[in-house]
Amino acid sequence: MTQVARSPKVFDVCVVGSGAGGGMAAKILTEGGLTVAMLEAGGPVNPEKDYQMFVWPYDVPHRGIGVGGRAAENFGEFLAPNGAWKIDGEPYTSAPGANFQWFRSRIVGGRTNHWGRIALRFAPVDFQSKTRDGLGEDWPIRYEDIAPYYDKVESYIGVFGTHENVPSAPDGMFLPPPKPRCNELLIKKACEKLNITCIPSRLAILTKPLNGRPACHYCGQCGRGCGTASNFSSSQVLIPPAQATGKLTLITNAMAREILVGPDGRAKGVSYIDKKTRTEKRAIARAVVVAASACESARLLLNSKSPLFPNGLANSSGQVGRNLTDSVGSDGEGYFPAMEKMPPHNHDGTGGMHLYIPWWKFDRKNEFPRGYHIEMGGGREMPGAGMFDHECDELEGYGANLKSSLRRRYGTTIGFAGRGEMIPNPDTYCEIDPDTVDQFGIPVLRFHFRWSDYELRQARDMQETFRAIVEMAGGVYRTRTLLDGPYPYGIQPGGKIIHEVGTARMGTDARTSVLNGYCQAHDVKNLFVTDGAPLVTNPDKNPTLTIMALSWRASEYLLEEAGKGNLA
Amino acid sequence: MSGISRRDVLRNLTVGAAGGSVLQMIPAKAAELAHEIVQKEKAATRDGKYTPKCLSARQYLTLVVLCDAIIPKDGTSGGAVEAGAPEFIDLIASENEEYQAVLVGGLMWLDNFCADRFDRVFLACTGSQQNQVLELIAYRKNAVAHPELSQGVAFFAKLRKMTCNGFYTSKIGIEDLKYVGNTALAEFPGCPPLPE
Repeated sequence: MTQVARSPKVFDVCVVGSGAGGGMAAKILTEGGLTVAMLEAGGPVNPEKDYQMFVWPYDVPHRGIGVGGRAAENFGEFLAPNGAWKIDGEPYTSAPGANFQWFRSRIVGGRTNHWGRIALRFAPVDFQSKTRDGLGEDWPIRYEDIAPYYDKVESYIGVFGTHENVPSAPDGMFLPPPKPRCNELLIKKACEKLNITCIPSRLAILTKPLNGRPACHYCGQCGRGCGTASNFSSSQVLIPPAQATGKLTLITNAMAREILVGPDGRAKGVSYIDKKTRTEKRAIARAVVVAASACESARLLLNSKSPLFPNGLANSSGQVGRNLTDSVGSDGEGYFPAMEKMPPHNHDGTGGMHLYIPWWKFDRKNEFPRGYHIEMGGGREMPGAGMFDHECDELEGYGANLKSSLRRRYGTTIGFAGRGEMIPNPDTYCEIDPDTVDQFGIPVLRFHFRWSDYELRQARDMQETFRAIVEMAGGVYRTRTLLDGPYPYGIQPGGKIIHEVGTARMGTDARTSVLNGYCQAHDVKNLFVTDGAPLVTNPDKNPTLTIMALSWRASEYLLEEAGKGNLA
Repeated sequence: MSGISRRDVLRNLTVGAAGGSVLQMIPAKAAELAHEIVQKEKAATRDGKYTPKCLSARQYLTLVVLCDAIIPKDGTSGGAVEAGAPEFIDLIASENEEYQAVLVGGLMWLDNFCADRFDRVFLACTGSQQNQVLELIAYRKNAVAHPELSQGVAFFAKLRKMTCNGFYTSKIGIEDLKYVGNTALAEFPGCPPLPE
């Protein structure tokens, strides 16, 4: 190893990843006085240059779909960088029939640059699901343990919402919500008739100035990244305060390949590939926080094999890579002739829905365990490629008639997205592919994925609910789904909802879990995992808020341990 | 053809972005003339701002005629050609083999179909012949009754989407829809009262 360039400095902590979990850890740890080396596999982000706020489709030659139209599958060329389903030179594989989809972002801030900003608390019952229905595992912590950290995260990043006392969707520290859009009012009215709860959504977008960040300007383009940092991203809200401490060393284009372990069995740093020079380098640290995204973190642990840890680091339980889940996702769309009469008006609002439907059937017996929430969109949004695909199929023909029909139809559709809880199953996991490495020589992940009847029945219920709401609201439900095949009832392929979590779950028993309730590895006391991997379950809420709350809590615990001299 | 020079037609066919396109007024006649020009001059874009990156000159002119038929100029706004849809479609096709195969193959199907039926390529057909073909391939039900049309119907369905993508991402198309937004507001105004 004499050829290997070494960083001479010993950091207190090496944090792998700069997204929600890594960014939060870096902020709390540096503000607590520790020095942190942060490894980010992508490059730096420059909001002024990289965020495409206010760009019209016709301002660019590819009109928003990118070279060859290929950006369309990655949410368009205006999406904040640098996320994609496929990354050149960094493959992953799927076992036959698995068809797992993995969206990764190689950039400072990771996926928080473009995420949906949906910031929902898990509910008290979500931490004790096994006790309730016998499936999966309970969490080692309770709602009361994490609630103070939900408070802190919401207060710091800014989340709008309202107090509603819905048991499945706990209230938080909310900024006032924006006014509802027309399509949302239409749906809310129908929901009232159906006894379905429909309330202001909870998004990490500022409706009032907060901590030096101005309030939202309502351009509706949060996914492009926000030039004024009025929505939450790690790159704009967590990394800058960490940098301001002078204790953060941010190392970009650094692809972690292995966690280094000393003869005492403790982590002593991270070996990474400097992508620019394609050389191996090392960040030496007294503790390691892995937050590379749930599956990337599992990959790093599994690739960190040594005589002391032959099955990968922190994997004596064999649970690393196991318990992988994604949200159950099924989408639908309704056409509402009444909306043809709406006068032109600004419908942009915040990026994302102003109203949503939290899980409302928690008080009855359903045909599936757990629950789902419903997101909605549509109306007079900024036109873009693909907007009239459905109309083209329905209307056919050409000429002046087609043109006037499309003009009339603009803004008259409402889309629905059900997002529900998947129960971990033994056929769904990721492991190291024995045959494949990436361009840096690092073994890649192979995914196994299977939906069970629980999820399929949930997707069916979503479709039935979408139809009921659309028809009650005077619309025409026009989503057709298959009854059989691998994706019945419109259920999306695994990974497609980009809520993959669970691959290093926490638990009280070191034989069946990887981490304790503080995201600390049972096997390696100075190793923490603070992304989606620790989540024992992923209820009908999006995971990002919980990732940040757990990361904050784990980081405070790490600070305490460091204070007691318990790090390496 | 009185009042319309070959040069006018050529410019309108190839530039596409010119206002008040001759093409939009007389697509069939323009196409006839354009075909002649292509035959004689071998290059359709000498004076144009846009040089097709993927399609041949004849294919590009055919695309122009089809885009104009799908979304023509009307009393409210300009059409797909003025909005730059053919350029956008050609650009994407030049970068994406799959898209290119659909487009080029479909245009060839169209010429083959016209050759079988009228003994000439689509561009060389009379206006009424072109309309006859469009009436056949623009509706799915025709493919049920006449399976030999199915590839043409499938192509036209895809081209309709490509044209809509080009048109409704243009300034003309976005204004046609009366979209209001993409701007900074101090407050979100919410939903205006619904009309009675």
